Amino acid sequence: MATTDVPARSASRLTAPKSKRVLPGFGLSLGISLFFISLVLLLPIAGLVIRAGGMGWDQFWFVITDPRVVASYKVTALAALGASLFNCVFGLLMAWVLVRYDFPGKRLLDAIMDLPFALPTAVAGITLATLFAENGWYGQVLSSMGIEVAYTPLGIVVAMAFTSVPFVVRTVQPVLEELAPEDEEAAMSLGASDFTVFRRILFPALWPAVVTGGALSFARSLGEYGAVIFIAGNSPYVSEVISLMIFVRLEEYDFPAASAIAAVVMTVSLLLLLAINIWQGRYLKRLHGG
Amino acid sequence: MPNAFSSVFTSRKGRALGALALVLSLAGPASAADRQLLNSSYDIARELFADYNELFARHWQEETGETVEIQQSHAGSSKQARAILQGLDADVVTYNQVTDVNILAERGRLIPEDWASRLPNNSSPYYSTMAFLVRDGNPKNIENWDDLIREDVELIMPNPKTSGNGRYTYLAALGYAKDKYGDDQDKIDAFMSELLGHVKVFDSGGRGATTTFVERGLGDVLLTFESEVNNIPELNPDKQFEVVVPKVSFLAEFPVAWIDKNIEKKGNEKLAKEYLEYLYSEDAQRLLAGFNYRVHNETVQKEMADKFPDLKLMSIQEIAGSWESAMQTHFASGGKLDQLQRQR
Repeated sequence: MATTDVPARSASRLTAPKSKRVLPGFGLSLGISLFFISLVLLLPIAGLVIRAGGMGWDQFWFVITDPRVVASYKVTALAALGASLFNCVFGLLMAWVLVRYDFPGKRLLDAIMDLPFALPTAVAGITLATLFAENGWYGQVLSSMGIEVAYTPLGIVVAMAFTSVPFVVRTVQPVLEELAPEDEEAAMSLGASDFTVFRRILFPALWPAVVTGGALSFARSLGEYGAVIFIAGNSPYVSEVISLMIFVRLEEYDFPAASAIAAVVMTVSLLLLLAINIWQGRYLKRLHGG
Repeated sequence: MPNAFSSVFTSRKGRALGALALVLSLAGPASAADRQLLNSSYDIARELFADYNELFARHWQEETGETVEIQQSHAGSSKQARAILQGLDADVVTYNQVTDVNILAERGRLIPEDWASRLPNNSSPYYSTMAFLVRDGNPKNIENWDDLIREDVELIMPNPKTSGNGRYTYLAALGYAKDKYGDDQDKIDAFMSELLGHVKVFDSGGRGATTTFVERGLGDVLLTFESEVNNIPELNPDKQFEVVVPKVSFLAEFPVAWIDKNIEKKGNEKLAKEYLEYLYSEDAQRLLAGFNYRVHNETVQKEMADKFPDLKLMSIQEIAGSWESAMQTHFASGGKLDQLQRQR
């Protein structure tokens, strides 16, 4: 789940190819692609399901509904929701700034945006924990205002937001680039207010991209381990995330149970991504009149 | 192997072969040493074995004239055991938990079930116990386990679910409670539940807990190995801490074993056995004691007597019967630990 890819920035420009065969050998290249997808994605997932499947429904149900595991579903889902909502707002803003304005250091900022992907998540986790601890740079200021971040569920949100914000930025960016400023100018010259321009022109075009980015960010956050455990405090029923519960089962050499919980997370992520894809397809059809 | 590669380079067979050779050499670095040995060990033993490897390499060269390069692999010891079960061809394991060596015998059939009797002291060349680290001047006046459940005390310890260190801490507290309350199970449970409730952060490993306490300044007491606790003031001279060793604690054995299946395959039998046996030599025991581990060698014990206060050390048999039953009753899913944490 962690390897879900962001569409390349130029991809959207290629969505409607003029000639169907830009690359030769469609059969061969599709064959190779399918082969590698099976090898890299489908086989490991199948292995996971088979391993979890070896335990029978009763046992499977018992493992995945353990109260402590259920508590961790809640913690993880809520934190991931918080993180992806934050990312939707902040990521949209970042994408807007990167596409619509020119300023010195823009290229650098653009490159830095991908840093959370490049950084090992454990390093991110340790760094964030240092910053947000009571004696850290941010933590000092925040704790003087009575806000505790490190070792609380809020810390989980921070870590998840950090590791998944590029998903939103990189999804919205190409769509924004496609959007001609002329529409906005036309609307404004007809007397539309800023808010109306946003609501009637920008929002309908950007909305699907933001939701997709948010969903990717959410799916990624569900599985985040490295960045989270260092800042979470890992208290039972309060700040244990689902990936920690999987790790705990592995630590008990209980591979089937670990696979069972992993299968639950995977199914949720998969359904979510599928739903978003279907919805987006329909929405775009309606927007562009089929 | 190295010769084959260098001839490829000199025969100018083109860049592709050169690049391939480079990739291969990165995958498994060819070494100048005559012999190689892979030691799979636990997280916080990195520095210890870096020093021991030098000592042993010298010893081996004196004995046989061969140079030996020892590769270290460190992580949580259960994770290391899993890696070996999945095929990592480590020659020897030096862990901080008996259960992680047992699993190699039970699941992997890589070593015999009676591995612990192959070397002295249950195949544990050194041992340690659980101790407390408190802040400068011991402001909360922590002396024994009872002080840990006072209202104003916050604890930092590794998660017993993910860390052997955490399990040891749990068992040490349990040993104390049994020593104090005898057969009164309700009182023991109440004490344990209270103690776990005072834990502010359950880090996933021993080093993580140390970082949380030392660098982040969280909590009043850090619970971890005596060896680790003693290293911290030495490694952080600018920050002041005090070490408190409780009167009753747990005998934490550090088991070692050679992996029969792997050393046979690699022809490393003699080297691997010697690597572990030499841990019992006086020089090695002195080195281990230097890293604040308790050792069995009497000469070294006398030399270091003031470093290791006398205390009542309880074995796993006294506390939980055996490692198997400790794992089943306390740490398995839905076990005692889960129940105690649910009560809160």
